[in-house]
Amino acid sequence: MLEQIGVDSIAALFEEIPAELRIGASPSIGPGEAMSEMAMLRWMGERAERDAGLVCFAGAGCYDHHVPAAVWDIAGRGEFMTAYTPYQAEASQGTLQLVFEYQSMMCALTAMDASNASVYDGASGLAEAILMAVRKAARKSRSRRVLMAETLHPHYRDAARNIVANQGVEIETLPMAGGRCELKRLPDDGAFAALVLQQPNFFGLLEDADRLTDWAKGHGAAVIGVVNPLTLSVLKPPGQWGESGADIACGDGQPLGAPMSSGGPSFGFICAKAPLTRQLPGRIIGQTEDAAGRVGYSLTLQAREQHIRRGKATSNICTNQGLLVTAAAVHMALMGAQGLAAAAAASRANTLRLVERLTAIDGVRPLFPGPFFHECALALPKPAPEVLDTLLDRGVLGGVSLAKHFPELGNALLVCATEKRSAEEIDTYAKALAEILR
Amino acid sequence: MSTIFDLSQPGRNAAAQCADLDGAALARLPEAALRAASPALPEVSELQAVRHYTNLSARNFSIDSQFYPLGSCTMKYNPRGAHRAASLSGFLGRHPLAPERASQGFMECLFALQEILKEVTGMAAVSLTPMAGAQGEFAGVAMIRAYHRARGDLERREILTPDAAHGTNPATAVMCGYTVREVAVDGNGDVDLDALKAAVGPQTAGLMMTNPSTCGVFERQAVQIAQVVHDAGGLLYYDGANLNAILGKVRPADMGFDVLHLNLHKTFATPHGGGGPGAGPVGVGERLLPHLPVPVVAQHEGGYRWLTEDDVPGTIGRLSAFAGNAGILLRALAYALMLGRTGMDRVSDFAVLNAAYLATRLKAAGFELAYPNRAATHEFILTLAAQAKAHGVSAMDFAKRLLDFGMHAPTTYFPLLVPECFLIEPTETECREELDRFVDAMIAIAEEAERDPEHLRTAPHNLPVGRLDDVKAARDLKLRWTPG
Repeated sequence: MLEQIGVDSIAALFEEIPAELRIGASPSIGPGEAMSEMAMLRWMGERAERDAGLVCFAGAGCYDHHVPAAVWDIAGRGEFMTAYTPYQAEASQGTLQLVFEYQSMMCALTAMDASNASVYDGASGLAEAILMAVRKAARKSRSRRVLMAETLHPHYRDAARNIVANQGVEIETLPMAGGRCELKRLPDDGAFAALVLQQPNFFGLLEDADRLTDWAKGHGAAVIGVVNPLTLSVLKPPGQWGESGADIACGDGQPLGAPMSSGGPSFGFICAKAPLTRQLPGRIIGQTEDAAGRVGYSLTLQAREQHIRRGKATSNICTNQGLLVTAAAVHMALMGAQGLAAAAAASRANTLRLVERLTAIDGVRPLFPGPFFHECALALPKPAPEVLDTLLDRGVLGGVSLAKHFPELGNALLVCATEKRSAEEIDTYAKALAEILR
Repeated sequence: MSTIFDLSQPGRNAAAQCADLDGAALARLPEAALRAASPALPEVSELQAVRHYTNLSARNFSIDSQFYPLGSCTMKYNPRGAHRAASLSGFLGRHPLAPERASQGFMECLFALQEILKEVTGMAAVSLTPMAGAQGEFAGVAMIRAYHRARGDLERREILTPDAAHGTNPATAVMCGYTVREVAVDGNGDVDLDALKAAVGPQTAGLMMTNPSTCGVFERQAVQIAQVVHDAGGLLYYDGANLNAILGKVRPADMGFDVLHLNLHKTFATPHGGGGPGAGPVGVGERLLPHLPVPVVAQHEGGYRWLTEDDVPGTIGRLSAFAGNAGILLRALAYALMLGRTGMDRVSDFAVLNAAYLATRLKAAGFELAYPNRAATHEFILTLAAQAKAHGVSAMDFAKRLLDFGMHAPTTYFPLLVPECFLIEPTETECREELDRFVDAMIAIAEEAERDPEHLRTAPHNLPVGRLDDVKAARDLKLRWTPG
């Protein structure tokens, strides 16, 4: 090959790089001696093993649900896993049709008109949804104020704020009372571009989404619903909230076929009512035809995207979370509406059981009144981080401490028991907690 | 092919995935919060779903099945060992908010990756959280903004990019509240230094560029460019999209860059997944250290701990719900461990050798290189303007016909300043015979263009569908399945 190129060494191919920039003959960078696959798997395996084996009662945006065996058998096929963004539509009909089916399923779950092909995760997706609403408002109220429920996942609040920070968006907080949005405190001082609410909210509680939506619509604000897609098999979809429905539904797709995997990769979804379709960020797949009238699929409305519009694009997003969307589509097809509803209901049943067992312990009580879905905040008689640390020794990941983000709530712990938790595991947790608090 | 919805029959399901609905669990929820009717998801058996999606997968080109020389995307083979490592149950089952004490194995892996990326880039620190290249760009430019703001230097409103830059660069600058000024690239693919000097000033916040550039050549004036931008008080952002060409050869820090992102799904061989997930870690020099996005892993008393907003008060903050695309980071680490010290620069050796070989052979076969006086890097640009003029066939027609030969097309029409172009990146993982097969296909198509240009214009002919009507897709918008 060198002979054909007309050089006598590989080094000669790098001659355009100024000599003073080059690292030199014996590179001193990198991780040491190369490992064989076997050695690498042993090294990684030892580290994976170190963290393994806890029974998970933590939720807070990432859930330990069962994933049907077929989901990753399909998503892990090289034909899906090693393809890229389907720029050449005719050679990418597998991915394109699958994403079209995914978009259809997400529209059905959320009761929306259009879905994109995913964004990175739920938190960054919320930032994109806020920017969509602000662009929409630019043509009407021109408001750049966004009212965000205090009951939103604090990491979502932080990430969304950080991502829109330099675009002149003002984020204000709708305070909570009893763990839910305080309707009395809905402001009456001018226009908002959007209201952001989470259903079920960060504490697992159900908001009065209908009334919040109607208030927002009455004030010319778009409604952004941050939702858990699994719970939408049972709960009223954002598209049907209030008199006229939310405008944008977004959230994290992790409960649809993605393992917890330290929180990523999962995927963010964004669905919108028709008037906002052209404000969506990222890839969107549309159905079309070839010259012979055969149905096919391709990337569409690309004039929103950075590779065409550059500085005028709706977002800078390029690569999204395609493979997780692949898993989600297969997951939804396998589970169906009935399977998803059964998993959601079983998760709720297990959490009810868990809360019943834990609150039977002296000093442990529900932090808030009112119905929760499959997560619940508890008040403990001791600081939550301490309790969680002791539970680790008994093989239990007992939930998520609220100390950092909600210090005013005292010794608060957020717990969740998905459909995977057995009655024995729940009993083990209750017994361990009773002993720790004795 | 039928959609999964067309296969649906009311009442059918995958029995094993469908527990009985526990109605009692839902009974205590307020009626108004519940859904009136089930969502219209497909109702199919498990076999129907598995067969449908398996058959769909056969309608994809992929690295596993085809040569995929998509320029700028670095479609190299992703070792299955890395996939296996990230799929270990201890990693997949870890909850993101598990306490540090129960996360030391995972955190050691992230720390090791941070250190490796620091070494290969020469940067002072790395944050792994950005979830793709574009989010890494966002983090980098947001840090530039935070840096100027922290110094009370509030008049810098402009980000410079070469006019050949990836679209994500200007889109990112705008998301960070900047205006964009483009700087021309000269006839040899280098930034026009005089144009740059004329463009910089007290309004310059920074310059975003990649090296090798999007023109497929090494930017030879990197040091002078850095000088000009730094003298004007701006910072330099390195877009790591093309790092594969210089891995182990040149470190971005040595070229004067203050901040960068890496595309782990390109350079560190994590699977592209039909559009992602990727990972876009950012590296910074000393000046931007106080602004690094969180969380970051730090060594602490013989173990590891997370650095958060409390530890990095000047941080641009968190950009994701948890800690980014952890599973992708683990794959990248596994890949780096298998490459080792000596493997790093073997990547660039063979990436550049393959591109140079392909460029040489295509030139010998009569194709026109966009930058004939320049050495190829890991990729190079062909212009098919002559064929377009002589036979009325476009680069897109060539691309579609290549699909018929069982090869994915190179990137077309990017960078925009080269007419009828192909950006070709063979990567280091292809063997010579595969490259020769590509050259043979290009020669055959060029001959066809003379003989029967219509055959190109109507290509592809051997795929499940013919050329799709993109105009119809945008005009008669159909974004979801509807009955009937």
